[in-house]
Amino acid sequence: MNEILERLVRDFDITDINERSPALTTLKVKKDNGERLIRELRDRMDFTHLNFITCTDWIENGIFRLVYMLHNYTTRQTLGVHIDIDRENAEMTSIHTLWAQAWTYQRELREMYGIRFPGSPRLDEDFCLEGWDQMPPMRRDFDTAKFSEERFGHREGRVSIVPRDHMKAQLYPDRGGSE
Amino acid sequence: MSKHTAAPPLENAGLSAEDRQLFCDARPRPYEPYPVKAIEDFANWARANSLWILAFGTGCCSIELRPLMTARFDASRFGVAGRPTPRQSSVFIIGGYVSVKTLKRIVRSYEQMQGPKFIIALGSCPANGGMYFDSYNTINQFDLYLPVDLYVTGCMPRPEALLHAILDLQDDIKQGKCDGANRYIEHLDWYKANQKKVIRDWNMPDYNW
Repeated sequence: MNEILERLVRDFDITDINERSPALTTLKVKKDNGERLIRELRDRMDFTHLNFITCTDWIENGIFRLVYMLHNYTTRQTLGVHIDIDRENAEMTSIHTLWAQAWTYQRELREMYGIRFPGSPRLDEDFCLEGWDQMPPMRRDFDTAKFSEERFGHREGRVSIVPRDHMKAQLYPDRGGSE
Repeated sequence: MSKHTAAPPLENAGLSAEDRQLFCDARPRPYEPYPVKAIEDFANWARANSLWILAFGTGCCSIELRPLMTARFDASRFGVAGRPTPRQSSVFIIGGYVSVKTLKRIVRSYEQMQGPKFIIALGSCPANGGMYFDSYNTINQFDLYLPVDLYVTGCMPRPEALLHAILDLQDDIKQGKCDGANRYIEHLDWYKANQKKVIRDWNMPDYNW
C-alpha cells in the first residue's frame, strides 16, 4: 500500500491518510482532484470495484463529506476516498462514466442530500421518495420528527417504554425504581 | 343502493385528460349481504375457510409469512394459501412498516382485490409507527388509509401469533364482523383525502378497478 500512496500523494495533493486496518485505508483529496484520482485508482492501481458512494453531513463545518469506497481484488485492499464539498452549493463531478452503477448512488445522494452530479443519468427522477416537497431528508437540519408529526400524525395513547427503567421499576418497586 | 348511485363519479384528477378516458370513474358499491341470514352465515363460513393471502411483503414482518407456508407451521391446515396477484387473493397482510412509496402500491393492490377482502396489520408499525414513529418516510397509523380488520402486535410477531390471527380472523368472518371493505367504500372520500395527504404524486385513478 505504501508505494502506491507515496505516488498518489505526490501527484494528487492527498492529505489525512489513515490506515485504519491492514485492509482498509482512507485518504482525503480536494474536490477538483477527486474524479481524476478515482480514475487513476481504477485504471492504473487496480481498484476496479466500487463498493459504494455515501455521504456524511458535517453541518458544523458547512460541508458534505463524500466517501467513495474502492476495492482492489488483487491485493485485497479497500480504499476510502474522502472528498469534502461545500454544503451550500453541493455539487460534485459525476463518475458514472467509470462505473455504470455509480449513477444509482448519485441519484440517491441527489434525493437524500440534494447534491448535484451534472451529467449523471436520470438524476432528477424520484428514487425512494415520490412526490417529495421538502428539503432533502438526510440533511441534518431537516427535523424528521416534526415532519412526521405534521404529515403522518401520531396515534393517541402511544407510549415508549425504556427497557432499563421498566426493569428497574419491576425489580426494585419499593425503592421507587432506583437500584 | 340509491344513496350510492347519487354520489358523483370519481374525478380522477391525478390523470391527464387523455388517460382519464381510459379509466373507470364509477364509485365502488358496498357488499350487501344475502337477505336470508342462514345463507349469509353459510357464505361467511365458506369465506372463512378459504383465505388466500396476497404475496406482497411490505416490510420486515413479511418474513414471517414464509415459514407460515412451509412444513413447520403449515397454514394450509386452515385453508390458507398464497396467491401472486391481488385479483386472486382475499387477505392482505400488511407485513410491517409501510413507507409512502409502498402505501401507494398497497392502495392500488387492495382496490384491485375482489371482495370479500380482509386486511391483517402485522407488527407494531402499521398500528402506531413502531420504531419508525419519527421517520420521514413511513406512515404512523395504517387505518387512516385503509380499513384494518385485525391487528397483530409485536416486533416482530412469531408465526404462531400470525396463525392465531388467522384463527381470529376466521371467527370474525363467521360472525360477520369483518366489514372493512364496506367501511372503505362507505367512507371512500375520507380515506382518499387521507391517502392524498401523504401520497403527493397521485398519478393513478381515484379507485383502481
